[in-house]
Amino acid sequence: MSQASIATPHPVPLRIPLREIAPWAVFAGVLALVVLFFVSTEAGAVELLSTNGLVHEFVHDGRHLLAFPCH
Amino acid sequence: MMRTVLVRGLLAGLIAGALATVFAYVVGEPSVDVAIGLEEAGPGAHEHGHGAEEAVVSRGVQRTVGLLTGVGLYGVAVGGLFAVAFAFVHGRLGALRPRLTAALLAAGAFVVVVLVPFLKYPANPPAVGQPGTIGDRTSLYFGFVALSLALGIVAAVAGRALADRLGAWWGGLLAAGGYVVAAAVAAALLPVVDEVPPEFPGSVLWDFRLASLATQLVLWTSLGLLFGAFAERALRAGDTAPTAPAGLAGQR
Repeated sequence: MSQASIATPHPVPLRIPLREIAPWAVFAGVLALVVLFFVSTEAGAVELLSTNGLVHEFVHDGRHLLAFPCH
Repeated sequence: MMRTVLVRGLLAGLIAGALATVFAYVVGEPSVDVAIGLEEAGPGAHEHGHGAEEAVVSRGVQRTVGLLTGVGLYGVAVGGLFAVAFAFVHGRLGALRPRLTAALLAAGAFVVVVLVPFLKYPANPPAVGQPGTIGDRTSLYFGFVALSLALGIVAAVAGRALADRLGAWWGGLLAAGGYVVAAAVAAALLPVVDEVPPEFPGSVLWDFRLASLATQLVLWTSLGLLFGAFAERALRAGDTAPTAPAGLAGQR
């Protein structure tokens, strides 16, 4: 029986090697930050594109309801 | 493997964003509409950029497609970051199943990234907040989010080390307590933002803030549970060949 109780515990969870994560982390991190900037801040505190507040107006309600400072 | 995890994170984020949009539309939009009505009726209507002559985007678009775009993109971006965080954490904080890791990570991230910053700098409806201070308020908000996130990561790493000596319960408790104390001290030291006009109805403010927090809760809960289910399949499938002894795979 002791043999069985050694064999049954949780299988060791698979660790994804850090070396494999790193490039994807940079890629996803940069893209996500760009998207988050446009959802949260573009044409609010900072305006990168000169759209005269269009981005701000378009995502206006989402920005308020996601708790970002809007205007 | 990492590519699969990331794609599933984006997908879970997209679905979570769609669910949060529906919630925000039903529960949040009424108080946004009331607040905009007050804003346009108020004395400062022309300064706020919602005056009739400046309506670049109509309310009909803002409250439907605009809301979906904003919350949906937020969901996808957060889903991607969540997948990366999950990849770092899974199997390193403890021998937990993928769906449990995902659920704990989502709960922790919601507290650190949304709830704690919200308690210090809560969401504001239209008509609340002076346009002139948007730069300061944005810096303070994101600064506090970044600080809270940094404290959360330090707490997680410290908790992992403490758990080896004191056990998971005490290690986790000390780490969580340390985070709460540090975040509370930081919140007490940071400047206060109080720009609610005296005439703004308290009940509308409460409804809006509750809806805002609940929208985020819907998003993070769906993200954690959906991603957990997706990751469970991806990692279990990857598990079977190299690590799991024969006969164990696929039993749970």
